[in-house]
Amino acid sequence: MASNRQIGIAGSVAAAGVALGAAAFGVFLSRRHKGGEDDAPKFTRRSNHGDHTLVGRSVTIRKPASELYQHWRDFENLPEFMENVERITKQGGPKDRAVWIIKAPGGSTVELRTEITEEVENERIAWRSIEGSDIETTGEVTFTDAPGDRGTRVTLIIEYKAPGGALGRAIAKAFLREPEVQARHDLKRFKMLMETGEIATSARRKSETREAKQQENA
Amino acid sequence: MMRALTWHGTHDVRVDTVPDPEIINPRDAILKVTSTAICGSDLHLYDGVIPGVLPGDVLGHEFMGEVVETGKDSTLEKGQRVVVPFTISCGGCFHCKIQQYSACENSNPAEKQDMSATLYGHPMSALFGYSHMTGGYSGGQAEYVRVPFSDVGPVVIPDHLEDDQVLFLSDILPTGWMGAENAEIQSDDTVAVWGCGPVGLFAIQSAIVMGASKVIAIDHFPHRLDLAKQLGAEVINFETTDVREALMEMSGGIGVDAVIDAVGMEAHGFAIDNMLDIVKQTVGMGADRAAALKQAILAVRPGGNVSIPGVYGGMTDKFPLGALMEKGLKVKTGQTHVQRYTKPLLDKIEDGTLDTTFLISHRLPLEDAARGYKCFREEQDSWTKVVLKPGMAQEAAS
Repeated sequence: MASNRQIGIAGSVAAAGVALGAAAFGVFLSRRHKGGEDDAPKFTRRSNHGDHTLVGRSVTIRKPASELYQHWRDFENLPEFMENVERITKQGGPKDRAVWIIKAPGGSTVELRTEITEEVENERIAWRSIEGSDIETTGEVTFTDAPGDRGTRVTLIIEYKAPGGALGRAIAKAFLREPEVQARHDLKRFKMLMETGEIATSARRKSETREAKQQENA
Repeated sequence: MMRALTWHGTHDVRVDTVPDPEIINPRDAILKVTSTAICGSDLHLYDGVIPGVLPGDVLGHEFMGEVVETGKDSTLEKGQRVVVPFTISCGGCFHCKIQQYSACENSNPAEKQDMSATLYGHPMSALFGYSHMTGGYSGGQAEYVRVPFSDVGPVVIPDHLEDDQVLFLSDILPTGWMGAENAEIQSDDTVAVWGCGPVGLFAIQSAIVMGASKVIAIDHFPHRLDLAKQLGAEVINFETTDVREALMEMSGGIGVDAVIDAVGMEAHGFAIDNMLDIVKQTVGMGADRAAALKQAILAVRPGGNVSIPGVYGGMTDKFPLGALMEKGLKVKTGQTHVQRYTKPLLDKIEDGTLDTTFLISHRLPLEDAARGYKCFREEQDSWTKVVLKPGMAQEAAS
């Protein structure tokens, strides 16, 4: 009996410990999600967003915001620096609907149908996927003046529900089309294009360039 | 098709027939290479201690030639003779605008930036013929080479100057010069230079031009020490002399005011920790051998300057961090911002302040490039600098 009582005491102490721990964790989590703890952008947190993935990246480009905004706002310009976007076709309408043909693992493509949800000239363009789209996603790009003559800070944030959940992400990663890597590379190419008028390639011949290979695979 | 020196593995380079380069981007130019040198840092590739080199890669980052084709936005003209900086820089990004050309943000293709970004926290900019970590661009040890951003890097050479007089503007002369500049030499200073290879010798020459009162050169190859002496340096042979003791005495018990490490990651030397580093580097554990730098940090006077033009790529063990802090040293280093120096140094060559031709020990046809690598590595005393001439007949080698 004595031993049972001991277990009982130990058990309740342990249970209390777990409960305290859970409470502390809860407080910790809510603090993190409230964002009151530091000034870093939400997408840099080491947190889990459930089955949604949040990807964000910034670059600073030595060009005025208006020039960068204008180039981005014409969605048909995006495939030039977005590696996995084969083409974008404008559909028009009040919300500027567009169809994006995006490369997927195994040589297939998926279709993303979007509409603009908000735009502030020279500052922000936001979009979301609509019915008939293969991917559930929202995205936004913001253009903010950088200090002095450093140009414009461009931030791209994409939230998406990965096709096929964890498995889909694993496949995407294996094909180097993981959105986080993709967003990083795409923004670098956007910067190259705007600052230098071209996208850097170390190819020795035209047939070895990214574009040539892209056309070959298409 | 053209002939080009290609990498196939550790101590295996060959002259192969490969496809000619083409104009790809609007700011490109194509050069017909007339002279190209083997650099000490090419030996790091040859020794297999730089990651990201693939079989078939064309090496070479010191080259010059004649413009034979231009993209629509190139500012060069066909027929011009140009020397090309080994650093590829766009001229338009933040770093290029403040003349930190070797930190260019746009020259390394986006998909090649991840490796160095992971290693160093930031991606490296692109270099010619120096692994895929720095872009995977084909180098200039070839008959032809594609030069991106040809409106920014290449410097046009007047007809009356020979290739041999100006070729080193591509890398080692500006690198030696920046090495001396980073030592922030004042007129009464004593400066010690580790390594009398090409960069070390040019750093010695530059330090003297900048007004150092005394330059002390440290090496163990007699011929290289002789060259240093001819340039006006006092010399120390580290195999026979206690370097730190000697430097203290030669600077009147103060210690030298500035030190320049022109050796880098494959330092020779017999200190126990260097031997350990050699073993680790050989088995791929990746520690840089930094014997020269460690010695330099102990030898420099408190408050002195440490300049590191020598190349390092990874980590090093037992770094004398305490000495660095407690003595209040200032460290300056980095890949050379070549474009900052090409024109001023071309002027110094033209007016006779700098002569770099003394360095060239061997001129070989491109076809003999593999032998050039082997001898440059194995006979460092007599093979001080190899210049490859793609147009040279094989029997004319000197």
